[in-house]
Amino acid sequence: MAVFRVTVMLKPGVLDAPGQAVEQGLRALGYEVERVRIGKVLELSVPEEVGPRLDEICERFLANPLVETWRIEEPREER
Amino acid sequence: MIWGVVTFPGSNCDRDCLHALRHALGFHAERVWHQDRSLAGIDALVLPGGFSYGDYLRTGAVAATSPIMEAVREFASAGLPVLGICNGFQILTEARLLPGTLMRNAGLRFRCRPAWVRVESTRTPFTSSMRRGDLLHLPIAHGEGGYWAGAEEIASLEEGGRIAFRYCDPEGLASQESNPNGSAANVAGVASVEGNVVGLMPHPERASEALLGSADGLALFESAARHMALRAVRAPGRAR
Repeated sequence: MAVFRVTVMLKPGVLDAPGQAVEQGLRALGYEVERVRIGKVLELSVPEEVGPRLDEICERFLANPLVETWRIEEPREER
Repeated sequence: MIWGVVTFPGSNCDRDCLHALRHALGFHAERVWHQDRSLAGIDALVLPGGFSYGDYLRTGAVAATSPIMEAVREFASAGLPVLGICNGFQILTEARLLPGTLMRNAGLRFRCRPAWVRVESTRTPFTSSMRRGDLLHLPIAHGEGGYWAGAEEIASLEEGGRIAFRYCDPEGLASQESNPNGSAANVAGVASVEGNVVGLMPHPERASEALLGSADGLALFESAARHMALRAVRAPGRAR
């Protein structure tokens, strides 16, 4: 098994209302912050041969390609 | 004519829809389970509201992979009426049977209140008995109802008469103040290319009796029933 970490983020320009709320919170705590974007991290333990299909998996299901982008990290071995 | 109402795990408006169809309107309506694979005998379908699969991943995303959705796809391509209400709308966009997607409300609040919507297109079965510009008073209840589609897509929806409903004020003006969730172009509901698949965030089934404050929602179901009756007259051999 290989463990793939997938990060899904909203595309730039798409309103991220929860991200803006976190931004406000940081400012309220006195931190200087330009922008916060909230995404999702998914870890998939899959057989090695599924690796090449991860892009398709993201496109079909894990992300909504209309408003989200995704990044697939190099896999690590499952122990 | 027989209506079907699909129940997904986490649907919570399925019984309300059945009540509106059966008791407020006197139609025959049957329950459909998300694991069913056939819609044989059903003439018009409702995907009700709720929080299918707890809204995990994205609203409607997991429900869109349900076994019944293959049958819904075939049903839709046969030109039969499909109405997605609230979470049902989200499921239809995730199944890519309707364009665009629903985002977190711009103000981050769960909006639960009556809203005015304006009928924008009469080329869908659910609006064919209405007139453009008609106003309906329908409750909304959602946290992720901000309609999103690219500017080009919105223009093409407009062009094709596929924007079914817009949020508006009581006078029928689609103003920014009357937009409860930051929806692009005040869109409250859209239709498929053929017009037979419609999704909207407001809840017509919750506006089905005067006792509930409005019975405006009945018009959508009545319109679809009339559409199906006319369709049966036009193509009797194919009517079910």
